[in-house]
Amino acid sequence: MAILEIQDLSMVFGGITALDHVSLSLEQGSITAVIGPNGAGKTTLFNCITGLYKPTRGQVSFKGKRINGMKPYKIAALGLGRTFQNIELFNKMTTLDNLLLGRHLHMRTGVWSGSTFFRRGSRASAEEIAHRGKVEEIIDFLDLQHARNRFVGGLPYGTQKVVELGRALAMEPEVLLLDEPVAGMNMEEKQDLMIWLGDIKEELGITLLVIEHDMRLVMEISDEIMVLNYGEPIARGKPEHVQNHPEVLKAYLGEESALEVA
Amino acid sequence: MDMKRDYYEDIRLLDSGPQVFWLAVLLAALAAFPLVADSYQIYTVNLIAIHVIVALGLNLLVGYTGQISLGHAGFFAIGAYATLALMLNAHLPFIVALPLAGFISAAFGFLLGLPALRLEGPYLAIATLGFGLTITQILGRLDVFGGHMGLQAPPLELFGLKVTSDAGRYAVIMPICVIMTWGLRNLTKTRVGRAFVAVRDSDIAAECIGVNLTYYKTLAFAVSAFFTGIGGGLMAFVLGFISPHTFNVMVSIMFLAMVVVGGLGSILGSVMGAVLITWLQLELARIGELPLVGPVLTELSNQVFTLSGLPNVQYVVFGLIMVLIIIFEPLGLYGFWIRTKIYWRTWPF
Repeated sequence: MAILEIQDLSMVFGGITALDHVSLSLEQGSITAVIGPNGAGKTTLFNCITGLYKPTRGQVSFKGKRINGMKPYKIAALGLGRTFQNIELFNKMTTLDNLLLGRHLHMRTGVWSGSTFFRRGSRASAEEIAHRGKVEEIIDFLDLQHARNRFVGGLPYGTQKVVELGRALAMEPEVLLLDEPVAGMNMEEKQDLMIWLGDIKEELGITLLVIEHDMRLVMEISDEIMVLNYGEPIARGKPEHVQNHPEVLKAYLGEESALEVA
Repeated sequence: MDMKRDYYEDIRLLDSGPQVFWLAVLLAALAAFPLVADSYQIYTVNLIAIHVIVALGLNLLVGYTGQISLGHAGFFAIGAYATLALMLNAHLPFIVALPLAGFISAAFGFLLGLPALRLEGPYLAIATLGFGLTITQILGRLDVFGGHMGLQAPPLELFGLKVTSDAGRYAVIMPICVIMTWGLRNLTKTRVGRAFVAVRDSDIAAECIGVNLTYYKTLAFAVSAFFTGIGGGLMAFVLGFISPHTFNVMVSIMFLAMVVVGGLGSILGSVMGAVLITWLQLELARIGELPLVGPVLTELSNQVFTLSGLPNVQYVVFGLIMVLIIIFEPLGLYGFWIRTKIYWRTWPF
C-alpha cells in the first residue's frame, strides 16, 4: 500500500491554477522525483502536502489517514518531514540547536521541568542528553562536525542545505519531502548528497519525494518521476519512460525542437 | 581551549571553573550588600532587581520569540494590583498572593497572546500599547482598587517576620530575582526555549518540524507576563503605594529600552540593560547636583525651558545615551561584553 497518496489534487489561487488534478502515490521505501519547469507548481504541491496550503480540491492521505486540512505541526507529528527551496533554518542558532529542534516532537520537557532542572539526573537534562546523542549520530552521518557549534546563518550555502536535511532527519520522519536539495551546491557536495539520499532510503528506510532540477541526479536516484507543467501532470513513470516522453520534451525544449529530437 | 567530556556539560549552568568562582563571588557580594550599603543604595538595588525580573520576561517575548510589546506596564500593574488585592481583600499571605498574582498576570498574557497571533511588528506594537493603556484606565475606575487614588501596600510579613526596612525587602526581592534569572536561563537552554527562538527565526520551518505556533506564541506571552507580574507585585512593596499613574506608558517604553539597550535575546543583556536604565533614571533625576555640569545645565534649562525645565534635560541626556549605545553597539550592552571578552581572549593580537 502506498504510504502517501495524493488524489486529484487541485490548488487555485484567484484565477491561477497552480495544481490541476494531480495524483501521485509513493510506495514505502521508494524515491520519487517531481520535475518540471519553473512555476510548474512543484513547491505548491509540497505546501499542500505539508499543510501550509489548503488545497482547493482533492485529497492527501498519509498512512491511510486523510491529512489535508490538518495543521502543519500535526502533519509533521504523523511522520512527515520536509526541507525548503530557499533554506528555512533558524539562522541565529547553532547547527546543534537546529538539529535539536528537529527532535522537538520526540521531547516532552515543558516550561516547568525545563526551567527548574539543576542536576544531571533530572528529567529535563536526562532528556536533553538522550536526544543530544541522537543528534550527534546525524552530525556524524552528514559530516557536520565542523559546523556543530557555529551559527547556521554564517555557514556556506551548501552546508546550510545539509543542515536543513539533518534537521528533517532528526525528526525521524517516515516520508521526507526535499525541495531542491542540491540547488547551489558544487560537484563534490552534490556527489555526497547523492550518496546520502541512497543511504537514507536504504538504511533508514525513509520514503523520499524530491523536487530537483539536476537531471543527472534525478535520473540516477529516482524510482519514479512525475513531470509537472503549469500545474498539470504531463508524465509519470520510470526514469527511462519519462526521459523520452514527447510531452516532457515539449515542455522542456519547446514544440519545434521536440519534433527534431523525435 | 576547554574540553568537554559529556553532553551534560553543554547544558549545565556553570560551564567552567572560573565561572563557578565568579558566580560564587557575585552571590556572596549580593548577600553581603545590605550589610555595607545605606538605605538609599539598597532601595536602588531593589528597583534594579525588580526591573531585571521584568526585563528578563520582556526579553523572552521580544528577543527570544520575536514578538514586540509596548504594553508590559499593563502586566506590571496587574501583578501589583492583584498582589495587593489578594492580600487586602482575600487576606492571603504575601507568599501565596505573589505567585497567584503572577499567574493572574500570565492569564492576561495568554489572552493578549491570542489576538497577537495574527499581528506582527508595528501592528502588534500598537495592539499591546492599547492593552497597556486600557488596563490602567480600567484600574483607575474600579473602586476595589482604590480608583484614581490608588492603593496603599499592607505591611509585608513573611514567615511571621515583619519586613519594614529596605534591607528586609532586599532579602525578599533579591532571592526571587536570582531564582527567576536561573529559571529563565534553564528554560532558554531546553526544548521550550528553543521552540521560542524557532518561532522567531522562521515560523514556517517551526511549523513543519512540529512546533505548534499558536501554543508557543501565546505561551511566550504568558511566561513573559508572569515574570512582569511578579515584578509588579514586588514593586508595590518597594513603592509602598500604587496608583494607575504608576504604570503609565513611559514605564512600558522603559522596559523595552532595557531589553533593546541590554541586548535582544540575551539573559545577561537583560540584566545589564535593567541595571543601566534604572541607574540612569535615578541618577539623571539628580543631574542638577552634579559638579561643574550641574549648575550649567540648571542655568541652561532656566533660560530655555520653563521653570520646571530640568526634568526635560534629564530626558534629553537619557535619550542621547540610548541613541549613542544603539548606534555604536546595535547588539546592545551584551554585544559590547562579547567583544570585550573576545578582545581579552585573543590579546595581544
